Amino acid sequence: MEPTNQPAAEQRSALVLHINGTPQRLTLDHRTTLLDVLREHLGLIGAKKGCDHGQCGACTVLVDGRRANSCLLLAVAQEERQITTVEGLAEGERLHPLQEAFLERDALQCGYCTPGQICSAVGMLREVADGFPSHVTPATADPTVPVELSTDEIRERMSGNLCRCGAYPRIVEAVEDVAAAGADGHPAGAAGRPGQGVA
Amino acid sequence: MNPHFPPGPPPYPLGAPLVRREGREKVTGTARYAAEHTPPACAYAWPVPATVARGRVTAVDTAAALTLPGVCAVLTHENAPRLATADDPTLLVLQEDRVPHRGWYVALAVADSLEAARAAADAVRVSYATEEHDVELTTGHPRLYEPETVNGGYPATRERGDFDGAFADAPVTVDALYTVPPLHNHPMEPHAATAWWSDGHLTVHDASQGSTKVCEDLAALFKLEKSDVTVVSEHVGGGFGSKGTTRPQAVLAAMAARHTGRPVKLSLPRREMPAVVGHRAPTLQRVRLGAGRDGVLTALAHESVTHTSTVTEFVEQAAVPGRVMYTSPNSRTTHRVVPLDVPTPSWMRAPGEAPGMYALESALDELAVALDLDPVELRMRNEPDTEPDSDRAFSSRHLVGCLREGAERFGWQPRDPRPGVRREGRLLLGTGVASATYPVLIAASAAEAHATADGGFRIRINATDIGTGARTALAQVAAAALGVPEERVGMEIGSSDLPPAMLAGGSAGMGSWGWAVHKACTALRARLRDHVGPLPADGFTVTADTRQETSERSPYSRHSFGATFAEVQVDTVTGEVRVRRLTGVYAAGRILNPRTARSQFTGGMTMGLGMALMEGSSLDPAFGDFAERDLASYHVPACADVPWIEAHWLDEDDPHLNPMGSKGIGEIGIVGTAAAIGNAVWHATGARLRDLPLTPDKVLPYL
Repeated sequence: MEPTNQPAAEQRSALVLHINGTPQRLTLDHRTTLLDVLREHLGLIGAKKGCDHGQCGACTVLVDGRRANSCLLLAVAQEERQITTVEGLAEGERLHPLQEAFLERDALQCGYCTPGQICSAVGMLREVADGFPSHVTPATADPTVPVELSTDEIRERMSGNLCRCGAYPRIVEAVEDVAAAGADGHPAGAAGRPGQGVA
Repeated sequence: MNPHFPPGPPPYPLGAPLVRREGREKVTGTARYAAEHTPPACAYAWPVPATVARGRVTAVDTAAALTLPGVCAVLTHENAPRLATADDPTLLVLQEDRVPHRGWYVALAVADSLEAARAAADAVRVSYATEEHDVELTTGHPRLYEPETVNGGYPATRERGDFDGAFADAPVTVDALYTVPPLHNHPMEPHAATAWWSDGHLTVHDASQGSTKVCEDLAALFKLEKSDVTVVSEHVGGGFGSKGTTRPQAVLAAMAARHTGRPVKLSLPRREMPAVVGHRAPTLQRVRLGAGRDGVLTALAHESVTHTSTVTEFVEQAAVPGRVMYTSPNSRTTHRVVPLDVPTPSWMRAPGEAPGMYALESALDELAVALDLDPVELRMRNEPDTEPDSDRAFSSRHLVGCLREGAERFGWQPRDPRPGVRREGRLLLGTGVASATYPVLIAASAAEAHATADGGFRIRINATDIGTGARTALAQVAAAALGVPEERVGMEIGSSDLPPAMLAGGSAGMGSWGWAVHKACTALRARLRDHVGPLPADGFTVTADTRQETSERSPYSRHSFGATFAEVQVDTVTGEVRVRRLTGVYAAGRILNPRTARSQFTGGMTMGLGMALMEGSSLDPAFGDFAERDLASYHVPACADVPWIEAHWLDEDDPHLNPMGSKGIGEIGIVGTAAAIGNAVWHATGARLRDLPLTPDKVLPYL
């Protein structure tokens, strides 16, 4: 039996999605989420399906530079957007500073939430630079300047990405390293003494 | 056995904090998990769960589903391939009309796309003849019985001395009931499988903690030789016990692939997982302690009541730690279980120890309060000379060292023992401590070590890396045994085509796999040493297994030990408990890779924090299902819940384990953590809460 992978004509649309800077011409079922397009149609398996309900953050990608749960986005509504997935962060062999920092800090275990954590951290650092307040930002903070990135700010802002292995302390360290080095810099401070680390 | 297995040549691979070998694939999103294989013509499956808690399927109407575009089949108990019998009856899916619990799979839709499969599953109409169900566990349930054994093979009941007499005579006593609700593993990767048949050979990419077992089970179910089945679990997105043995997704995907003649991919919807992948069974635990005024225990009883399903018997061994931990000349440890119309429970991180030590270590704290004795000191006064239950010597036991070092690092003293007296605005602060333990388990495994003609090495073993760093630590073991730099050692793990090995569970992975790898590498090294001249073009290969070594029961009682210290704040306005910091100190033999080991310890502690404060599921008496089935209702710790966690370990040299001297570290972090937090909540508030999790609704009435 040949697979058609095609719904009825009235339930599909031809469109172009811009994924990691590349236009992708697709004919998609209207029910298809952005997450399923990435994983099942384009072979971009970096965005993970953890809950399919916007509850875990494993599917986080950047949509026009802002983080979003791709499981909650219908793909046919994303035509004009620039989508960046974890596959689009490294420059060739050179990892994104957050990818380097996650490795160095051991900010991952099973790795299933990791692409979402990293995309989320990229988006989060930009939100901070743009002055977006969070639940723990002092009410007196000036929204027109970058937020001061305390560890409490990182924890709060990264709480939409669940990690069942419990890598949170290391994730916070990795984000701190990159934040301290500046947006495009490489992680400052390195591994710390093994077995002696403190989050 | 060589207790002084050297760490290898400089820079000493054994014990080095190497970065995970597959780390780069994981941070770039190229590591491929079970559902991330899409062979040509791959179809998608979507399950249909039962909507009644007990009864029979009287009809399955698939007509509407089959008319939907792209739908190729709906499997039911009437048309699904017939399976042979299985050791684990939860794998006998779509074989009969019986519905043993709500959420049991009654059909499986298969279609060209995920969207079509889901729509087809929604369109399947199932009719049932329902029967009365019972999902409520109580300490007085009339159908409770005493099983022969509990999980882990331990006897259900152990008695020593005269507990009743000693308890009656004890000047200071504690008698309390602790309850732990059902808990869900919820690994981030849902249980998933991609399966296809090719010339009679079944290949399955499965989210599993051990594909050797999955291969054996699938071969038995489909009446095949093991050599006709390949199960691959290369990258696994966590398991925490729920992927320990074969789960229904592998069977369903293989059935659907056989039925349709196409590769089939099945990823279980998150909200269906609690019903079909196992859970930690609820426990109602009565602990009675009797002690002299000096705090030395004279009587210890730990009696646990739990549930299992009507499908199979699984008994959470919560009362077992009391047989190991403390001086207890008069002791009774028992388990009783009742089969209810509930999903089948199974392993969740530290089965037995996690809930059991919550109860025992909470009771110890209550005893310390009753005695007006420091809880660290109380534990030290009850340090046994030998394992109380067996009178065997401990191969190594450094609980006291962990307590001492933890108290020092945490800043336990000076501590005002009075509860409810430390205020910071609207917050009450407190500290608590608990011990931890986990047994050393080792199972037979096989490994192959190959030396290539160009000076490289390749190790093949069906170990599984579920996030532990096993791939990396095994390369370190191999490099040290071969006496070569770690970069020269290639690792091949995660396929049932490799030499068969223990699953990643029971904290037994590294000890079991490492021993086999060490043995193969040691033999290969000897062969290379004796060889003169260049290697043959196809190199040398040596295989080894540890059946002999692991078949002998150790004359020693072998356990890891640890101590957890917690500081909490309790909001007197909202009742919210937050952990401020957690310090864990462990004595777990030799640590093979401190970078990944630390993550294992703190990860376990984080899951213990969840168990203490937020994780809890409940069975709806009317509908018979778990009420908390997704991650919005079943709360696991988020980043903001985990402010400060540190893990340390003692250098422990134990010659009675395995050549590496390692004990296993995947589970002990969760043990004791919930008790330490609960004890800190008492210290903060004066309220002794014995029903996990300690959510604001339970705490606020006492503030």
